[in-house]
Amino acid sequence: MNKVSDDISKDLKDQPKFTTDIGEKDQDHHSFDLGEQTTLKKIQHFLHGNPTIVPVIILILSVIAFGFIAGGKFFSAFNLSLIVQQVTIVGILAAAQTLIILTAGIDLSVAAMMVLASVFMGKLSVEMGVPTLPAIAVGFISGIATGAFNGLLVTRLRLPPFIVTLGTWNIFFALVIFFTGSQSIRSSDIEVNAPLLHFWGERINLGGFVFTYGAFLMIGIFVFLWFLLNKTAWGRHVYAIGDDKEAAELSGIRTDRMLVSIYAVAGLVVAIGAWVSIGRVGSVSPTSFYEGNLDSITAVVIGGTSLFGGRGTIIGSLFGALIVGVFSSGLSIAGLDVLWQRFALGCLIIVAVGIDQWIRKVSA
Amino acid sequence: MQPVLVAKKLSKKYGKVVALDSADLELYPGEVLGVIGDNGAGKSTLIKVLCGAVIPDSGEILLDGKNVTFTSPIEARKLGIETVYQNLALSPALSITDNMFLGREIRQKGFMGSFLKFLDKKAMADEARKRLSDLGLLTIQNINQLVETLSGGQRQGVAVARATSFGTKVVIMDEPTAALGVKESRRVLELIGEVRSRGIPIILISHNMPHVFEVADRIHIHRLGTRLCVIDPKKHEMSDAVAYMTGAKQPPQN
Repeated sequence: MNKVSDDISKDLKDQPKFTTDIGEKDQDHHSFDLGEQTTLKKIQHFLHGNPTIVPVIILILSVIAFGFIAGGKFFSAFNLSLIVQQVTIVGILAAAQTLIILTAGIDLSVAAMMVLASVFMGKLSVEMGVPTLPAIAVGFISGIATGAFNGLLVTRLRLPPFIVTLGTWNIFFALVIFFTGSQSIRSSDIEVNAPLLHFWGERINLGGFVFTYGAFLMIGIFVFLWFLLNKTAWGRHVYAIGDDKEAAELSGIRTDRMLVSIYAVAGLVVAIGAWVSIGRVGSVSPTSFYEGNLDSITAVVIGGTSLFGGRGTIIGSLFGALIVGVFSSGLSIAGLDVLWQRFALGCLIIVAVGIDQWIRKVSA
Repeated sequence: MQPVLVAKKLSKKYGKVVALDSADLELYPGEVLGVIGDNGAGKSTLIKVLCGAVIPDSGEILLDGKNVTFTSPIEARKLGIETVYQNLALSPALSITDNMFLGREIRQKGFMGSFLKFLDKKAMADEARKRLSDLGLLTIQNINQLVETLSGGQRQGVAVARATSFGTKVVIMDEPTAALGVKESRRVLELIGEVRSRGIPIILISHNMPHVFEVADRIHIHRLGTRLCVIDPKKHEMSDAVAYMTGAKQPPQN
């Protein structure tokens, strides 16, 4: 512990101050006084500047803890790669969810959007004889359209995203039931008519670690979104809108247009997730991923992104999804009942939001 | 001398309430024009019209002698009228550089910028650093520091640097010292002088009489929705200005 706090205080010392070598004349106007700080305060400052460090620490600690609790079985290559496979879909949904939550919104409809897109892909290619690639394209368009629809409702009607997506969640779910008549599209039918839909479920074995192509795609999506958020003006505007929408507007950002585009990009990411989900599950089931909406929010929140917008990192959500995966896997290998997995997850969410609130106080 | 910015007979009604009653205003090159008035005198509506946030019912605005109209602060800004809002309109969780270039980012040259739309972070950081030190503001070591870690005066500095960076013709500052302590206020007043010395005229709205009297070259007194008079702060006492403002004393006929 001492070593950690030493490291942190060293980091703080090394951080350049706002003004160090200004002329004498202005000295007293500018001194940026860090003042006397307790170790706790220093940690708070450090976490404030590096929000992703919290999920990383939790991930490492939980992996170590479950290594002790669940023993070698947990650390087996098979199990570790299984965790990655299991979080693929929630991870992709969390990537989309992160975009929305960064704008101080929330999207309760992501999983329903995903199932709707996968229904389009499956229905068209398996039952209506459309070539697979165009069918997938229709699924992508469905994702973009449903995302943009959410965005338009949020910006045009000025409704809170929570309410908009609570409504569209039900609407999209109803559409799924309407198009499928509650019937699943069987895995064997997909295999015969449109094997390309199963592409992301293919596995490769890397020295005992078994990964699906979908897991690599998930990582790819996170890397791509990281570039988008950090290296482009569009990404900076996502943060600016979530931070202070009015200030963003006055700075010349067309916030409404931006918001619609953010929801649409999130929709596209969700549609990619739809394709991956067919490979993962095998079939297209209208009632699958019913908890995906909340799971994605859980991953984002545990990943250190603030529900109040403007703060957080996309990579944090990947760690968030992995933490959830590690918890579920570790607790089940340890032989604990599912109810305790839920219990632990619930505690984790509350702790994560609590830490976020505490870190945010630093600027006050 | 031709004024940079002229407002002629601006009127604005909200229902039956007359906020602006054929108000005039002139801003000359290189000057600081203080605008004062009692609460409800219509000065904030006047400023909102000049910065594009409110569209007047009638009247005209001339910038460099040319008639201009705008329907949003963004359009006004494109014409060179920059506003430093009382709340500063900064995004606290973004860096100084990000804030200075918010909405007008510099992209990388070539394929990386035009196709991938990558930002030229180095160019933006260099420019931001240059702007801040040009204003004699700060020798900044870490231009990528988050704005929320800055003091109130430093934030004001960033907002002013942003406002004076992009071919600006006029800067409007709304209550820049209202939220600041004594030292920081002093620094902002120096900053106003710095901007003026760079030839950019400033409209300064403030309730703080000593501050207005200290930095303004002329003071526009607003009363009952229109311009009551313009006074020279060197020839009038603060108590006179307050008396004109409140109607306790008749203004001088100039």
